[in-house]
Amino acid sequence: MTESFQKQSRFSRTTIEWFIRNTFLILSLMSITVVFFVFLFLFREGMPIFEKVSISDFIFGTLWYPTDANPVFGIWPMIVGSMIVTFLSSIIAVPIGLMSAVYVSEIAAHRVKEFIKPTIELLASIPSVVMGFFGMVIVAPFLQDVFDLPLGLNVFNASLMLAFMAVPTISSISEDALNAVPRSLREASFALGANRWETITRVVIPAGLSGISTAVILGMSRAIGETMVVLMVAGGAAAIPRSIFDPCRPLPASIAAEMAEAPFRSDHYHALFATGIVLLIITFAFNLLADYLSMKYRMESK
Amino acid sequence: MSKQFLVAICCAALSMGTIFAGNVVITGSTTVLPIAQAAAEEFMKSNPDVNISVSGGGSGNGIKAIIDGSCDIATSSRFVKDKEVTMANEKQVIMVPHRIALDCVVPVTHKDNPVSNLTLAQLKDIYTGTVTNWKDVGGMDRKIVVVSRDTSSGTYEVWSEKVLKADRVFPNALLQASNGAVAQLVAGNQYAIGYVGIGYLNDDLKGLTVEGIIATADTALDGSFPVSRELFMFTNGWPTGDAMRFLNYLVSPQGQTLVKKEGFVPIYKLD
Repeated sequence: MTESFQKQSRFSRTTIEWFIRNTFLILSLMSITVVFFVFLFLFREGMPIFEKVSISDFIFGTLWYPTDANPVFGIWPMIVGSMIVTFLSSIIAVPIGLMSAVYVSEIAAHRVKEFIKPTIELLASIPSVVMGFFGMVIVAPFLQDVFDLPLGLNVFNASLMLAFMAVPTISSISEDALNAVPRSLREASFALGANRWETITRVVIPAGLSGISTAVILGMSRAIGETMVVLMVAGGAAAIPRSIFDPCRPLPASIAAEMAEAPFRSDHYHALFATGIVLLIITFAFNLLADYLSMKYRMESK
Repeated sequence: MSKQFLVAICCAALSMGTIFAGNVVITGSTTVLPIAQAAAEEFMKSNPDVNISVSGGGSGNGIKAIIDGSCDIATSSRFVKDKEVTMANEKQVIMVPHRIALDCVVPVTHKDNPVSNLTLAQLKDIYTGTVTNWKDVGGMDRKIVVVSRDTSSGTYEVWSEKVLKADRVFPNALLQASNGAVAQLVAGNQYAIGYVGIGYLNDDLKGLTVEGIIATADTALDGSFPVSRELFMFTNGWPTGDAMRFLNYLVSPQGQTLVKKEGFVPIYKLD
């Protein structure tokens, strides 16, 4: 048998398996390589700015005049802008996303669920530029009229648009988490005399907490990295906003608005790449946090 | 065999010849970049033997390149500075300026805004944040929404040079990344003020007069409209060959039509 196999094929079975295994290994290493090169490139292009300004002046400086005769590179207003927009959007998106996940997973009848679930997921497929356009043309004039504001392009508008974009992420990952809660837990809860509300709030949600917190963090990291929407609807003022109706300029908007015309390898160019490094570190931290939370709660539930 | 080989070499040499025959390298101002690019494309269409490469990088870099001899034509949104002339003299380079277009930037508001004229001093006060309410410049009692451009754009450069002088735009000013975006924002907001290149004026916007002077191609040409500047191309000595033919094309009516199409002001009246 073995002999006949070896006659048919020039390679032995172990060789073929070895070959396949390593092909897959190389393919998976490829994405790691890409990540590595992105890091490398970003740091190579961004680090030179720190020969001109100190890291603390760059991060905590409140003035951004990159092309002035005496250029000043301070990205603190942009960091604050990103933080505020992300925080506010998660305040809006988390309850909506979580509640729709609970509804779809625990309460909705099968046919309603079949309609609602794909519709929420459809929201995720709206391109961000369309979302930005919507915010600019529809939401901005509306906010301006309703609140009698001088300007509709502000922190609140951007947060609202980002919230809409984060809802599908939060909702569908939370829903998976809730679905993964074993049926026996719910049955035990009902058997102990708990009603549906008590079962959902005291048993199902705590049991799915690891997935839900991952969902929230991933939703937030989507909001913080989103570029087109904040470029179009946040207004773009490089000042720390004093109210939610003030304009702001989140980090990605700053990079996108200025990169096109910054002279190659000038201080301005390096400063924009350094802004990219800061942004990457923030999103990286968010993803680590998501991993940590999902690990932690999984351990505790076991 | 050897005959074929010779023919092949000749062919290669000929084709190399046509590639390198007319090679014009243009670099410098990002403001002039769209003009240079459009003109180069059109010029190469009618002169397929000439290859023109156009790049940006800033007026200063362009002038540096012409002094170093690394380009044939340097584009610049300003005249040469004394320091650059000294540098050129040391390297025995005589830079010849060619005025190729005018860049005219107009302050704009929403068409319902009652304010129709501002002085340079008022514009400066608005953009530095000293004046924040329309009523201080003769308008309604509303906060002014100040719209500015990304600081690396040529439009911002003109504005900063002619209006702000040495001062900086205050940080609360909104930033938009293009002339089109500024026009769209201002057209949709009654309290906004912005500035755009003259080519971007449209019926939804109200172009303000500055110091009582309306912005037109004529007032930009005779220098009476204060927010305009000249755009240049510099050559090392009087241009010859393809560089001369290209510059001639650019100042011809066809070239100046392209200038107008890109949103700038031609250097003479087009029929």
